[in-house]
Amino acid sequence: MPRLTIDGIETVIPQGGTVLQACESVGSEVPHFCFHSRLSIAGNCRMCLVELENAPKPIVACAFPADEGMVIHTKSDFALKAQKSTMEFLLINHPLDCPICDQGGECDLQDQAMGYGFHSSRYLDNKRAVTNKYMGPLIKTVMTRCIHCTRCVRFSTEIAGVKEMGMLNRGENAEITTYLEEALNSELSANVIDLCPVGALTSKPYAFIARPWELRKTNSVDVMDAVGSNIRVDTRGADVLRILPRLHEDVNEDWISDKTRYACDGLKQQRLDRPYVRKDGKLQSTSWLEAFTTVALAMKNLKGTQMAAIAGDIVDAESMYALKRLMNNLKCPNIDCRQDGAKVGGDIRAAYLFNTTIAGIEYADAILMVGTNPRWEAALINARIRKRWMEGQISIALIGKKVNLNYDYEHIGVGPKTLFEIMNGSHTFTKILKNAKRPMIILGMGALARSDGSAILDAARRIANDTGMFNNNQIDQKKNNIHTANWNGFNVLHTAASRVAGLDMSFLPHNNGRDVTGIIEGTKSGAVKLVYLLGADEIDSDFGDAFVIYQGHHGDRGAHIADVIFPGAAYTEKDGIYVNTEGRIQMAATATFPPGEARDDWKILRALSDIVGATIPFSTLESVRSELRAEYPTFSTIDAIQPAKWGVFGNADVMSDVPFSCTIDNFYMTDMISRASRTMSECTESFVLQRRNITGISEQMNKSVVG
Amino acid sequence: MEYQPGAQKKPLLKGQKAAKMLKDEDRIFTNLYGWFGSDIMSARRRGDWSNTTEILKMPAEKIIDVIRSSGLRGRGGGGFLTGLKWSFMPKEIKERPHYLVVNADESEPGTCKDREIMRHDPHKLIEGCLISGFAIRASTGFIYIRGEFYNESLIIQKAIEEAYDAGLIGKNACGSGYDFDVILHRGAGAYICGEETALLESMEGKKGQPRLKPPFPASVGLYGCPTTVNNVESIAVIPTIMRRGSEWFASIGRPNNYGPKIFSISGHVNNPCNVEEELGIPLRELIDKHAGGVIGGWNNLLAVIPGGSSVPLLPKSVCNEILMDFDSLREVQSGLGTAAVIVMNKQTDIIKAIARLTAFYKHESCGQCTPCREGTAWMSRVMERMVRGDADIEEIDTLEDVTRQIEGHTICALGDAAAWPIQGIIRNFRPEMEGRITAYKASKQIKNST
Repeated sequence: MPRLTIDGIETVIPQGGTVLQACESVGSEVPHFCFHSRLSIAGNCRMCLVELENAPKPIVACAFPADEGMVIHTKSDFALKAQKSTMEFLLINHPLDCPICDQGGECDLQDQAMGYGFHSSRYLDNKRAVTNKYMGPLIKTVMTRCIHCTRCVRFSTEIAGVKEMGMLNRGENAEITTYLEEALNSELSANVIDLCPVGALTSKPYAFIARPWELRKTNSVDVMDAVGSNIRVDTRGADVLRILPRLHEDVNEDWISDKTRYACDGLKQQRLDRPYVRKDGKLQSTSWLEAFTTVALAMKNLKGTQMAAIAGDIVDAESMYALKRLMNNLKCPNIDCRQDGAKVGGDIRAAYLFNTTIAGIEYADAILMVGTNPRWEAALINARIRKRWMEGQISIALIGKKVNLNYDYEHIGVGPKTLFEIMNGSHTFTKILKNAKRPMIILGMGALARSDGSAILDAARRIANDTGMFNNNQIDQKKNNIHTANWNGFNVLHTAASRVAGLDMSFLPHNNGRDVTGIIEGTKSGAVKLVYLLGADEIDSDFGDAFVIYQGHHGDRGAHIADVIFPGAAYTEKDGIYVNTEGRIQMAATATFPPGEARDDWKILRALSDIVGATIPFSTLESVRSELRAEYPTFSTIDAIQPAKWGVFGNADVMSDVPFSCTIDNFYMTDMISRASRTMSECTESFVLQRRNITGISEQMNKSVVG
Repeated sequence: MEYQPGAQKKPLLKGQKAAKMLKDEDRIFTNLYGWFGSDIMSARRRGDWSNTTEILKMPAEKIIDVIRSSGLRGRGGGGFLTGLKWSFMPKEIKERPHYLVVNADESEPGTCKDREIMRHDPHKLIEGCLISGFAIRASTGFIYIRGEFYNESLIIQKAIEEAYDAGLIGKNACGSGYDFDVILHRGAGAYICGEETALLESMEGKKGQPRLKPPFPASVGLYGCPTTVNNVESIAVIPTIMRRGSEWFASIGRPNNYGPKIFSISGHVNNPCNVEEELGIPLRELIDKHAGGVIGGWNNLLAVIPGGSSVPLLPKSVCNEILMDFDSLREVQSGLGTAAVIVMNKQTDIIKAIARLTAFYKHESCGQCTPCREGTAWMSRVMERMVRGDADIEEIDTLEDVTRQIEGHTICALGDAAAWPIQGIIRNFRPEMEGRITAYKASKQIKNST
């Protein structure tokens, strides 16, 4: 714990800290560009030069280790002269094009030049010009503006795990580029836009759309996957213009995936903005009242067992709860929130959560992944696994489809057979798991969303029990900032943002009700005559002659087969609770209002319940929430993880020989919003389709392979 | 006045007298000119490998002590005490092996001493690797040779093979029970790879860009292992120091600047040459005795760059009496550097000469850190105009200020090296620069008026 004096203020910082940390601890601002707390230290911008007493030269604060008794001046003439010198050098070749630069208003260089720049230039010669580079459909480049801080290079090599970005040439001719000028093939690529301290890398879809000071900023959470990334939604008027990451150490750190960031242009396409009723075989727009009465008419004389409700993948908890209450009032047992038919859910909460937690991955020392491609199913969880892998001394194995992950792993099998071998201890990886201090198993939907899913769940539970994934291994005290409870290495990796909330509130068939497969069968046999789809678009089948109600925000698969459409609100348009795959309760917030006549989903259900004579007694969103919390107390603590109770789950049944599949065959289009997004279709074109053609691998073989 | 060797008119610096000429028996590099063979037999005849086994019987600590007390200062330009540098290495091998890296990436303009050692005395270098490696407990010595030195790399490789065949290095080197490998690595030709940490990066297969220090290579070096990087000449003199003792070495030269040193004399002299001389020899004696004097006589001398392109030049007035060693040159705001003496007589366009050096640094800057990347290009552009005189007189001050803004602000010393020659010319030849500008302006005016 070195004790230093910064600008006359004494401070103590943790051992191994840098001078910059010490400066920040006393509130002394040191200008910097290349330094970023999550990247390796480059020390190349030379902006953070400060004076160290008795040293002949200024030192770089970001890289210099803090030592006992140092006396640092950040604002002395000596330090300021050094900082101003660097700023002058940075500006001599930087174009003065702030008025036409998209970074303007949120540019580090612009801001710091106000503090450390000269009023005019002493440089009389021609400025350097650099040709722009192609970096794919997301990243716009104006390389003349580049100040060579190499943040983007360090991000892509260290965190995204792609080696295609770097600095070519040397001296004044140095240029940042993707070496072959190909798109940066990473799901996290657009984070370099946030990292770029100048306007060299800017957002292509957002180019010249708005200035930062015009935007209203709303803190929210993402629903494109089950990670629950924290985001900031930037809006102007009724439009969501962009989505940026928001810091959450335990979830997404500083990053978000490209889908999270760019699918938002899908919020303006294919929207359902008024109710529809199918008349003469065609969907025709209508009034709310007519839509409601049409439904009431269809429900009349139907028994509860003849109805069914399916909740979709990106629905908020409140509307699912309202639907559940409505179906309860109608005495309908056929409700399900698992469109893909995953064999999860039940009383044991630990059986369907990512119990280790995302941050907990950093302490794992052996990981077994089953039927998953984390890179596409949860890009940020994959980034954590990579972060852990970078530290070394970890064994990672995968059973399932061989996929291109950005870390080394052992591909030990394709199907349940290997899982069985690990379970009975005949596989070598069993030993690795047993010897590991903190082993993990990650079950993907590719392993659970199949007919023998509960047998696989059972096998995984046994492995977890036998290899000591769930025991009393204490996390070492040093790293105890995340876990207070014991280690639990059993993890289910969900892909749907609403899934855990649905399971937590038992949005599941009960009293011999039908699950999704049963509902589909029922509609074919005539046993089920009415299906209520709450944002459920991922069902490949139709519903026979059943009356289909679709409540949602996009004209996607569900709307096409519907007889009545209720226009709802997308995730940026309502306050809602989402529970991520860890079981973390998070709140999304209203950034804009739903378009046209579309309404909040719980309000639609509330209104319908009156008309069909099964009133659910909610008057405000708060009343929905308080009843939800009263019935299911897990919903009461926001942004905290309650360790889930362990128990016996799954069914010791026969596992089939069918290899595990991957549930996602195109990362960029997984839900109705991203399917409607133009940017996502461009990404699909350049990252998924093009590479399949180039590599010549048939679509089938390469479905889950990135690159 | 005719110059008489040994008869200094007045003692120059703080009353210390100049060093005498190096006696033949005190020469370390007895085959500097390639008069004899470079093979192992010839090397043995010159005394190399004669009692290496005995030297290796000494404890490593003792070898470091000998080198430290000999006062050997690094011959690569920095002039850091070699023994002290070695003592920074961990005293015991922990989980990582130690490495010795020999910097044979000699690219400093004007310098060609290591080349001659590698051409004609490769066994001195390899024996030096073994002894130095033993002293710092290294498992392997890497020789990073400049890519352009193709023929030299063949000679070194042949010498390494000879030494392996004779059991001098490799397993149980020289029968000492100590295992030591020597591996030759060819660079791809970049000046910056002569900077020790950039050299390590390059060896690791990465782009040759200097690392941030601390940590220094002695704690985190090649592949993250403790590493010492030494110049070829520093390593090649080690066996002789060990044989003849630190007292002998320290008896040559002047206090703090001990030992013989190879000087590379080039430029406007009658006989450009490499010569081994005592540190502290008067510059004038060096040029007159060994290089056949300045072309056109001593009075035709304009300036001398005493230590390779990176150090500020000396005007003739200083050259008259300056002694060639680290401390004397530092006192006149220059430096010994690599001891590559570049002589310029009065036919030189001094501004153009320095502009050329500035262009070299602009070309060789790695581009990693801001002051060097932007500053070298800025200085080069201004110097280009200064050659023509197409500038304002105030720009000389701006240029001076720019050199100060680069100096000491960069990751490695290339920024300093680029700044110093310009500081030297502004300090010593400002009237010439101003005259050029005035003349240019006048010629423009004449043109405009006619």
